[in-house]
Amino acid sequence: SPNYLLIFLVLQELEIDYSKYEHPPVLTVEAQAKYVSSSEGALSKNLFLKDKKHRYYIISAMVDTKVDMKVLSQRLGLGKGGIRMAPEEALGELLQVSLGCVTPFAVVNESARDVSLLLDKNFKNQARCIFHPLSNDVSISLNTAGLDKFLKSIGRDSVYVDLEANANPAVGKDQPPDLALYVPAASVVVPELSNKASSIQTPPTKNATSEIIKPVASAKPSKPAGNVNSVSANSVSLEFKNPEKFVEEILNRTSALLLSEAKGESVEALPGTLRKRLTSELTLLAIMYKNTAYTEGFHAGKNYKPYRL
Amino acid sequence: MEVDKKEEIDSESSEQVVNPWEVSAKDGGKIDYDKLIDKFGCQRLDESLIDRVQRLTSRQPHVFLRRGVFFAHRDFNEILDAYEKGDKFYLYTGRGPSSEALHLGHLIPFMFTKYLQEAFKVPLVIQLTDDEKCMWKNLSVEESQRLARENAKDIIACGFDVTKTFIFSDFDYVGGSFYKNMVKVSKCVTLNKAMGIFGFSGEDHIGKLSFPPVQAVPSFPSSFPHLFPGKDNLRCLIPCAIDQDPYFRMTRDVAPRLGYSKPALIESSFFPALQASTLLSSLQLLKGENGKMSASDPNSAIYVTDTAKDIKNKINRYAFSGGQDSVEKHRELGANLEVDIPVKYLSFFLEDDAELEHIKKEYGEGRMLTGEVKKRLTEVLTEMVERHRRARAAVTDEMVDAFMAVRPLPNMFE
Repeated sequence: SPNYLLIFLVLQELEIDYSKYEHPPVLTVEAQAKYVSSSEGALSKNLFLKDKKHRYYIISAMVDTKVDMKVLSQRLGLGKGGIRMAPEEALGELLQVSLGCVTPFAVVNESARDVSLLLDKNFKNQARCIFHPLSNDVSISLNTAGLDKFLKSIGRDSVYVDLEANANPAVGKDQPPDLALYVPAASVVVPELSNKASSIQTPPTKNATSEIIKPVASAKPSKPAGNVNSVSANSVSLEFKNPEKFVEEILNRTSALLLSEAKGESVEALPGTLRKRLTSELTLLAIMYKNTAYTEGFHAGKNYKPYRL
Repeated sequence: MEVDKKEEIDSESSEQVVNPWEVSAKDGGKIDYDKLIDKFGCQRLDESLIDRVQRLTSRQPHVFLRRGVFFAHRDFNEILDAYEKGDKFYLYTGRGPSSEALHLGHLIPFMFTKYLQEAFKVPLVIQLTDDEKCMWKNLSVEESQRLARENAKDIIACGFDVTKTFIFSDFDYVGGSFYKNMVKVSKCVTLNKAMGIFGFSGEDHIGKLSFPPVQAVPSFPSSFPHLFPGKDNLRCLIPCAIDQDPYFRMTRDVAPRLGYSKPALIESSFFPALQASTLLSSLQLLKGENGKMSASDPNSAIYVTDTAKDIKNKINRYAFSGGQDSVEKHRELGANLEVDIPVKYLSFFLEDDAELEHIKKEYGEGRMLTGEVKKRLTEVLTEMVERHRRARAAVTDEMVDAFMAVRPLPNMFE
């Protein structure tokens, strides 16, 4: 993917010190350890998680750090079972990576703009740490200062968390969820998910030989989410110009709301809720669509040349 | 008489000051809106008017009406009387483009005007007073024109319908019928009167003196012959912040002399800045409720370019809290809702009346903590700003040209 190369360009431009290791594709930390020795840096395990409100998280930790999903869920303020591994489709759609390739660098993608990234504070004690740069046949090692500099350049602040603190959080009125700040403000709809039964992403520690491994050469996700793959800003979003995208946007927002509200409400009450919550934002979308069409007509009118005999 | 007395301007230092170029409270206090209404001579917007709006438009009144953000008016009832009989009106609002960065306070009149446009199905003219900012803020002509176009993009992103909206900048548009009306208005206002209304003095340059007619004449349909040909009796409704009242008092005074209808006004209170200094001394000027949000201090305001993170940080760090110092004390005494900025902001932007009431009750009685209120506010503002950003991304220079083109609007009342 083009962003994979972009990462190296940015690292070089920011004069971040890093080392690059190429090796056969690896799906697990154990496999990676065969090709990148611990003298090069500390290997990381990277989890891509999702909560019930379709918000996504990358947790990047030292291999030895225990990440208790129940505790993490409580510390995020999501209750006890509020968080789970994200399905495989989300990996491609949001992070533009394939299996075994979750990495902090994935946030360079525009599609990952709402994904929260939490880093193990133990990384800071290491001379260097090792991550995949969006492809599982390459590893890079760099120190946390370098990682922070990279993240800052794409508009992200590094968030380091003591993942093993609060082993028994007793999160409640007196001890509020301390990671609640890092819950993304926006939820994300991954279009593929509503159609198929989601397959769960294989966690890095499991042996993946029984799975069909996606050929590395075409490690692109099956259907990009319609987002531009480059880091630079979008030109006018297609939802304002293109009828299909316009309709897709409406359906995406309605589906997302439906999914998040369906559990709490009776079916009869749903249309009312949808209307109340969606009317003003969909009206704004429609007005901008109309304004865009008018502007195109205006341009045509300005440049109109009457037919000459 | 609707005109301000000169003596009132002289006693500025111990009185609150509200005029288009300065807004500050009497030392140690909040803006007294009742006093303002009395002093200016406008009316309160009461429940019965709001109900009437609901009946006439067949939709829920805008949150700013329900919460008393737009709280004063002049002749709004007459506009509604005419509307009921089938006589339409047009809307006129504007912006002085003094900065590129727009904050939420700037968006308020535009959000409300958009609602009025949709609810009443009427056309709108938007004036960008680039000349005013060039004169008052000492910007170059080019810079003020550039800012006008940039601000136009954020204004358009509020969701105005291009088939019913004409945006113009003074540097572009002044001339023709517009200028003829400006001269007519100027002839009716003596130097003394202008000095009395606006507080001008012998030290002010003559550009400032001659500006008020520019802001006055968009109230008259004949200023826009391409929009309202032959509709000289079309009435005008001006949504604005109450500090603009002096311009329109002058305009209303002059209108009958020119044979024009007086413009009606619907006026808003000020949007408070995030902070308020601690209530140590009554002589300290509190920034919170007591002055307008100012575009000059980035931490006093939430900008439309702020990221979700920025918003969260600003609310958490700078929004003045009416909660108590400790959890125990808070549970016992509850929050001081009068000074609490997050609740105040929610009253502007949280659409759900029931939820707002619930928050006020729980927070005021100490069961809800400041952190929760701030979190909810952050959600609401982030969603708003994000929605604005997406719409803004759709606004091209060509779209601005379309909105600003001097063209007829054939479907303006549909």
